[in-house]
Amino acid sequence: MRRRLPNALLWIYAGAVFAFLFVPLLIVVPVSFSAGMYLQFPPPGFSLQWYQDYFGDPQWIDATILSVEIALCVVLLAVGIGSLAAFVIVRRPFPGIGFIRMVLMTPLIVPSVVVAVAVYSVYVSFHLIGSFIGIVLAHTIGALPFTIVLMVAGFQRIDRRLEEASYTMGAGAASTFRRVTLPILRPSLFAAAIFAFIASWDEVIMVIFIGGGAGTTLPLRMFNYLRTEINPTIAAVSTLLLAFAVVAFATAEWLRVRGEARRAGKGGAA
Amino acid sequence: MRDEAGPGYGRLIQLLPLILLAPGLALVLLLFLYPLLRLIVESFLDPTPGFANYVTVLTDPTLWQIIETTLIISAQCTIATLVLAYPVSYLLSRLPRPRANLLMMFVLLPFWTSLLVRMYAWMVLLGRHGIINEAVIGMGLTATPYPLLYNRFAVIVGMSHFLLPFMVLSLYSTMIAIDRSLIEAASSMGSSFRQTFWRIYLPLSLPGVYSGCLLVFILGMGFYITPALLGSPRETTISVYIQQQIQQLNWGEGTAMAVILVAIVIALFASYDRLFGFDRLFRNVGPQS
Repeated sequence: MRRRLPNALLWIYAGAVFAFLFVPLLIVVPVSFSAGMYLQFPPPGFSLQWYQDYFGDPQWIDATILSVEIALCVVLLAVGIGSLAAFVIVRRPFPGIGFIRMVLMTPLIVPSVVVAVAVYSVYVSFHLIGSFIGIVLAHTIGALPFTIVLMVAGFQRIDRRLEEASYTMGAGAASTFRRVTLPILRPSLFAAAIFAFIASWDEVIMVIFIGGGAGTTLPLRMFNYLRTEINPTIAAVSTLLLAFAVVAFATAEWLRVRGEARRAGKGGAA
Repeated sequence: MRDEAGPGYGRLIQLLPLILLAPGLALVLLLFLYPLLRLIVESFLDPTPGFANYVTVLTDPTLWQIIETTLIISAQCTIATLVLAYPVSYLLSRLPRPRANLLMMFVLLPFWTSLLVRMYAWMVLLGRHGIINEAVIGMGLTATPYPLLYNRFAVIVGMSHFLLPFMVLSLYSTMIAIDRSLIEAASSMGSSFRQTFWRIYLPLSLPGVYSGCLLVFILGMGFYITPALLGSPRETTISVYIQQQIQQLNWGEGTAMAVILVAIVIALFASYDRLFGFDRLFRNVGPQS
């Protein structure tokens, strides 16, 4: 089979698929530096005018700052709540924990428009439409399943013997947690934080419903923009977001590789 | 430690798991399950109690059309992603691990990119004066631009772009577990590439195909942004319809349609759970797993 495989064809096909995945992501970069007044390709010249547009427009900047603030709060809440739940799931399971875990995962399987409509109707009664805390809580719901999955994996990876060894050698619960458990959990915590951040940062459907006038986040502003006009300002925003995504992705990959290297090292020693 | 503690402390230890779970459960119950329950109740009560909303939704041909459109778009995306992903996953599964991991990184990069950035990118590429049309006209192949944007084609392209990594991951995780010695044995016994593929490789990879297809189909059912931005009114999916109804304060029909969508998705997820196990879904979530 190996010899007769049309390898070249396979690579060409795969190359085309990779192009399909990547070209759309990269195409916004040259457009964002265009000197033209509207969408032209190739761009007629180099200019930073669309970046000036973005940085000079308080509406874009306010939306960006709002999104960052919301996402940071979501990270704190989702990682905190998710870690507590993951701890119980791995370390203190009790009959019915499987069901509870399932319940905590359900926000992942229901389509976001339905969740948004449901949350919207409750928020109307509690006057939470357009409120900061309302958006944070709604985003936390969406981020929580990811942080739970990641933290469960994190807790499962801890070799309990290390903690026991620490206890036998006279360390207390607090210092064992700080010096043994926490360092092992750190990559998982970072990964969970990145996931929670992205889950909130990129969320738009929920905000369409519950954002009100005050809650125009960056994705919502982009969405509204894309419905009415397509000028290269949004290419500048997209390029900045893309750069941000690459950094987040590289960080997560670095953590994964490092985590794997550590695990491999541990396996070799055992 | 527990032996030394008083009875009150022991009780606290026993309750500790529930206390730690409380914030998560409270959040999910109050902001997800309770609203969902209310939504279901409202679909039967607004504006008058009874099944009127469901009768309306299920007898109106235009609304059936919307349900049908959603199912068909989802199916088309499933086929498109399968055709694109199968050879790529096959290739990746045969490469040495470090190289496969490197290429897999590229497959996963779009995961990290804002959905709206990708929507904009497709608009730039597919628009009337978009890059593809300008290029085709520039080459003199056509005088009038092709209608590539605001139609079914654009929606399928945009959604497939989003869903492709899910399909690749699903196929790859199955293909990597296929015992290569079976393939070697078949070819050493004189089986041709075609025979080996159809009789051995394909059947062994089918679990990945099924789980990938089911997952992509389920996810495709819930799309809102892509059909709303890249489609025309003819690509009104269930999600788009729900949003429109709620915006027009047409609660009854909006919520009834939402309940129907949830019912379809949960039924599909339940079958996924029975066939492949729910955990499989999360195996590839996150850089840690």
